[in-house]
Amino acid sequence: MRIEKHPILTFEEKKILHFTFNHQSMTGFEGDTIQSALHANGIKKLSESIEHHRPRGFYCAIGNCASCDMTVNNQPNVRTCITMLEEGMVVLSQKGKGVL
Amino acid sequence: MMTEKELIIIGGGPAGLCAANSAAESGVKVLILERSPRLGGQLIKQTHKFFGSEKTYAKTRGFDIAKLLIDDVLNLSDNIEILCDATVVGLYPNHEITVYQKGIYQKYKAKSIIVATGASEKFLAFENNDLPGIYGAGAVQTLMNLYGVIPGQSIVMVGSGNIGLIVSYQLIQAGVKVKALVEAAPKIGGYLVHASKLRRLGVPIYTSTTIKRAIGKESVEQVETISLNEKWEMVPGTEQIIDVDAICISVGLSPLHQLLSMANVEMKYVNELGGMVPIVTEEHETSYKNLFVAGDVIGIEEASSAIIEGYLVGLIASKRLGKSHPNYETLIQAYHDQLTNLRSGPFGAKTRIGLAKLRGENHA
Repeated sequence: MRIEKHPILTFEEKKILHFTFNHQSMTGFEGDTIQSALHANGIKKLSESIEHHRPRGFYCAIGNCASCDMTVNNQPNVRTCITMLEEGMVVLSQKGKGVL
Repeated sequence: MMTEKELIIIGGGPAGLCAANSAAESGVKVLILERSPRLGGQLIKQTHKFFGSEKTYAKTRGFDIAKLLIDDVLNLSDNIEILCDATVVGLYPNHEITVYQKGIYQKYKAKSIIVATGASEKFLAFENNDLPGIYGAGAVQTLMNLYGVIPGQSIVMVGSGNIGLIVSYQLIQAGVKVKALVEAAPKIGGYLVHASKLRRLGVPIYTSTTIKRAIGKESVEQVETISLNEKWEMVPGTEQIIDVDAICISVGLSPLHQLLSMANVEMKYVNELGGMVPIVTEEHETSYKNLFVAGDVIGIEEASSAIIEGYLVGLIASKRLGKSHPNYETLIQAYHDQLTNLRSGPFGAKTRIGLAKLRGENHA
């Protein structure tokens, strides 16, 4: 779901980065946030709500609402909308509050 | 360990950047703390051309304005230090600040602080409003215009203020089908020039209509809309189901006041300004001495106003530190005039009323 043609913006070709989401291999681009890379791969459900286990996606994309929190490289509660994607990242849907 | 600084600016958006600029030009050493990986605030994802006067970059696209403001600050690197990925998590009396950056907490103490945290998007209550696929308008802009990813194939926009109208148009530019725009009020909220553009492109705009619920399992599959009567009550029998894989919420912004509230600054709820705002003097100083505010954190307006307020407050805070800009008086007058100009006319009424309420003045 990347934009291919745009009347105003140009999206240059960027370096491909590899990462995993729930043990599944995926790719994103350098300059992506974890969340934008997931979205480009068609992943909208990032985690589940703590109490009722309802699906959670991102909402604000500026690090404010905490709806996109995931476990990244073993660290829970990472705001994936403002954390840049890095090569080899291990990204997991978070269940519960997370343990450090 | 506590690091001491002369002036700390919280927020690297238009207000914060411009405040840093005029403070650095006054000879003050500045530290900008920015939560996101890059400077520019919300301007960096705005592809539309701005209205307003030439002094506030009219006819320039938002992301180009951001580039200009960022370049200005980078050119003053002798006096301006920048930390990105740096979230301020604590603002305490005695001008102490705790910053979280890449897993590490650091403490700073400043002689003066300017809070320019901006705003966050309001949310709307409806059934299933927590489903993935429901995004704030700013989030949609970030995803599309910054990262080149579309939020979905088809979308319904909720809210017809300027942001709702402009982002609908941007969605179409990115190749997304905007199936409808719904507005709870009986009238379109934003400029008609934007609304007409959408109508010409065949987007239906339903006024007196709201969203009743989102439908979907793991993410949005459909949206149910419903008409409202003159008492804003839902009218049974007017429901309409639209197939979409995304919903965009554009129902306004509220100031990011949390740090100020944390510091126990005197606050007031002013609906016209977007929510909780700090009570300030003419000089944009809060009830805490040498704790200033600029931009949307003191009332939701356009980026143009945030730019001018930033320049203005940067000058004032510097003077208080004993470093007056050589053209202080002239510049202050000019910025006040520009703000008055930006807030004149019918679209500035809300801000004018809000500021009067904040000052405790009576108004009609």
